[in-house]
Amino acid sequence: MHPFTYAKAADMREALNAGWRGGRYVAGGTTLVDLMRETVERPDVLVDISSLPLREVVVTGRGGLRIGALVRMAEAAAHPKVRVLYPVISEALELSASAQLRNMATIGGNIMQRTRCTYFRDVTAACNKREPGSGCAALHGYNRSHAILGTSDHCVATHPSDVAVAFAALEATVHVLGPDGERRIAFADFLLRPGSTPNREQALRKGELITAVEIPAHARPLKSGYLKVRDRQSYEFALTSAAVALHVSGGVIREAKVAAGGVGTVPWKLPAVERHLIGERPSDRLWAEAAEHAADGARPLTHNGFKPELLKRTVERQLRTVGGTK
Amino acid sequence: MSTELPAEAETSSVEPPPAPTRRTFIATTTAAGGVAVVGGLVAGPPALAVEEAVADEVPPGSRVSLTVNGVRHTVTIDNRTSLLDLLREHLDLTGSKKGCNAGACGACTVLVDGRRVNSCLTLAVRLEGAEVTTIEGLAKGGQLHPLQQAFIEQDAFQCGFCTSGQIVSGVGCIQEGHTGSRAEIREWMSGNLCRCGCYVKIERAVEQAAAGRKG
Repeated sequence: MHPFTYAKAADMREALNAGWRGGRYVAGGTTLVDLMRETVERPDVLVDISSLPLREVVVTGRGGLRIGALVRMAEAAAHPKVRVLYPVISEALELSASAQLRNMATIGGNIMQRTRCTYFRDVTAACNKREPGSGCAALHGYNRSHAILGTSDHCVATHPSDVAVAFAALEATVHVLGPDGERRIAFADFLLRPGSTPNREQALRKGELITAVEIPAHARPLKSGYLKVRDRQSYEFALTSAAVALHVSGGVIREAKVAAGGVGTVPWKLPAVERHLIGERPSDRLWAEAAEHAADGARPLTHNGFKPELLKRTVERQLRTVGGTK
Repeated sequence: MSTELPAEAETSSVEPPPAPTRRTFIATTTAAGGVAVVGGLVAGPPALAVEEAVADEVPPGSRVSLTVNGVRHTVTIDNRTSLLDLLREHLDLTGSKKGCNAGACGACTVLVDGRRVNSCLTLAVRLEGAEVTTIEGLAKGGQLHPLQQAFIEQDAFQCGFCTSGQIVSGVGCIQEGHTGSRAEIREWMSGNLCRCGCYVKIERAVEQAAAGRKG
């Protein structure tokens, strides 16, 4: 680990000042400290933001939610309002990491977490994300866990977060505060696809700090849930996953929010699947037909040719779990 | 929990604040202003490299006060020090184990302010005022913690390396109330790996201690 100076921000202003001067924000630290030890991350200054007043979960409007950036994963998952209004968020959180890590990691940090690509974490390997211009060892290396959607010739790393998949499905907004004041960024625009600059991962400007993630109020009744498929039953990243939320009224699907994880360079929204569902009546056949679109545009690599089919089945199963059958 | 124990006032500076020698002065100025300052202090180019190397040996540190198993400690540490290393290397509490040192195995699990966490991923410098409980702090008045006793009765370990982390994690799991079924215990204890494969007995031990707590 490279040496760094440490400062704890007493308030937002102090934090933003330090951030503007190049300080690196640290909340739960579960990704950052790990990557610092591997020397993948080498911040000169750590700005501890854990004292900032960003710990609230607030119900907004008619059933929306604003989750403070410093709410821990465990706290968000257990929060009664989150569990009642958006089970898909609770489930995604509780299927992530371990109880210990969920007691440390925060919501803001979760969507800032970096890929688990082994080549990214290995400072001796080529990686455009870590070392722009050095190449991508995963492209022709061992890439079983890598992405099939949103990839480029420069990077095929998967975004590792589960709850970010739920946020993508629910069309969340990220609230940020920076030197120029407050901004709201649509979740779809917050995490960046690699393109030719995989080192740029979020649409944050210099010194900006995430203050909250807001889930809009969706039509009720809303049923939602998260399915995660992985190599072992617990404490593992997704091979594929599906976040599904459905609003069914008068026997007809009026709203469908669907996104996939473990397959994209960012959480992957599935508009073609959503379109296929809207206006239709729930049935096993409908779930299967809609899920056929889940892997549209997929580009499998040498070792993850199984992912498109696994993704379709994951989405189909979760549609059936959430939507039931008639 | 042992964090309820009255704190015995003890101040230990495990790395005494260094005397203001030339070495630490150089380190401080280096940290603050870059190595250019160092060049001005030395006679010629050959010595510069030496002084830079020396400066690297004293990286930025901080003073932090925290309570471990009811005892207050004030320490001056390199900012890079993990809570696990503070416990093991500075405070001589070697019950918490270093397995993966990457938050993947759970052998280093301790309670911070009552919550189970991976001490290997916790920077000690961030723990000002925190209450830490390690495996050494679970027994009270010569009596093992009920979960420690359950581990013995259920024969829930072989090599023992993961055991302290399993027990502290189990204490957290029971406090959180995630012991409604064996399946629930299994899921909520999944952050602790056991290479010997004692999972079935670990589950039983946690179940036994949780039942005792209810009864």
